[in-house]
Amino acid sequence: MDSDFVALLAEKLFEGLKTTLLLMAVCGVLGNLLAVPIAFARISSCAALRKPAYIFILVLRGTPVLVQLYLFYYGLGEILSRTPALRHSVLWPYLRSAFGYAALALTLNTAAYCAEIWRGALDGLPKGQVEAAKSLGMRPWQFRLLVVLPQAFRNALPALSGQNVLLLKATSLASTITIFEVMGAANLVRSQTFRVYESLFGAALVYVALTVAITGMFSIVERWVNRPYRH
Amino acid sequence: MDLGWLSGLAYGDTGWGDELLQGALLTLAISGCSYLLGIVLGLIGATAKSSRSRTAKILAWFYTTIVRAVPELLLILLIYYTSTSALRQVIVGLGIARDFEVNGFVAACLSLGFVQGAYCTEVFRGAIAAVSRGQREAAAALGLSRQHAWWLVIFPQMLQRALPGLGNLWLVVLKESALISVVGFSELLFTAKMAGGASHNYLFFFLTVAIAYLALSVVSSRLFDRIEGHVGRHERAHG
Repeated sequence: MDSDFVALLAEKLFEGLKTTLLLMAVCGVLGNLLAVPIAFARISSCAALRKPAYIFILVLRGTPVLVQLYLFYYGLGEILSRTPALRHSVLWPYLRSAFGYAALALTLNTAAYCAEIWRGALDGLPKGQVEAAKSLGMRPWQFRLLVVLPQAFRNALPALSGQNVLLLKATSLASTITIFEVMGAANLVRSQTFRVYESLFGAALVYVALTVAITGMFSIVERWVNRPYRH
Repeated sequence: MDLGWLSGLAYGDTGWGDELLQGALLTLAISGCSYLLGIVLGLIGATAKSSRSRTAKILAWFYTTIVRAVPELLLILLIYYTSTSALRQVIVGLGIARDFEVNGFVAACLSLGFVQGAYCTEVFRGAIAAVSRGQREAAAALGLSRQHAWWLVIFPQMLQRALPGLGNLWLVVLKESALISVVGFSELLFTAKMAGGASHNYLFFFLTVAIAYLALSVVSSRLFDRIEGHVGRHERAHG
């Protein structure tokens, strides 16, 4: 393999890596945060909260991510571009950028999957805690925030780690709506040089490294939250 | 009669109804074939992981680790391009045929099935581990050979424990088959994109296929619940 090609590939992959990391950070933070209120709504005794949460989770988990991405980028983009008030406003350059649509779609998708994980973790808590908290005179919100949430977090962590790796892999789909991230960079080099294997292998290496980093970070957090229980 | 947007779904030359239906059938066919290939690879992988051979263990570990760390889209592109050219080279090289074209359907199933196989390996491995040790010991005490113990005792119980995981994997492959649209294979999503582009009505067609995928997912998860209930009926009866 000649050094010119390696240099080109490395340069493009590095450029793409920045976008992948940005997309991953935005969707990872927003999606994981959004998941918690959705999970509480999903197990709420109030039907007006429970039903919308149920439908949100069902629809986003029941359709392919790629379809969701296209729905937002082409579908929503189409509606917005037909609205003259937006088309000629200062916001238009932002509304036109593919990055926003990708971030929106992947955030909602992650929120739905993580909400389902949180629901499982919340369901797994012993019921006696409600009575214990009531006898201590805690208000319902205090109980949820101080008793339920920390314990559910510990139960949910392993599955959340897996879901965030899936999010990383899903960011590669953004390349199909013109975003130049790692996968997009590999596709560019592939079409410019006709070297299919080297370009795709290069991108694969980047993704393996990122996966190792994400699972590593989660296992540090896992060890930290489990430290009172180690003997 | 003017149905407005819905006329886009008309059957025949005026609408995309027949094309979308054909796309949906192709989606089901690709998903089905990939799923079966995935189950075969999963059985091989899980057997390798629980075997005594070190080489088999390492190979299986490599397979599942890489597939789970690399995006499906990348793997599908890689396998889609390599399987077409590599298979052709092998077949032409061996002189079986003078020229050979791997069709898109086979390449799609190979790539999706390869990815499925890794997830399936983990499902089967977990299911094997869930069959209690006592079962193996009981089989050995009855004088069954390793082969007989596997086929008569472990395998049937393992299959039952793998059912929930296998049900999930079907839902996963159904949704992952949409990735094949990226290489231009005319399954459901690709057809919707064509229709959306031609009619300048992306939103309508993507919503239509979203509903189609959702319906397929809901129907299949109901079906798997039923199978699980049917298979698990003996255990429930005995409490």
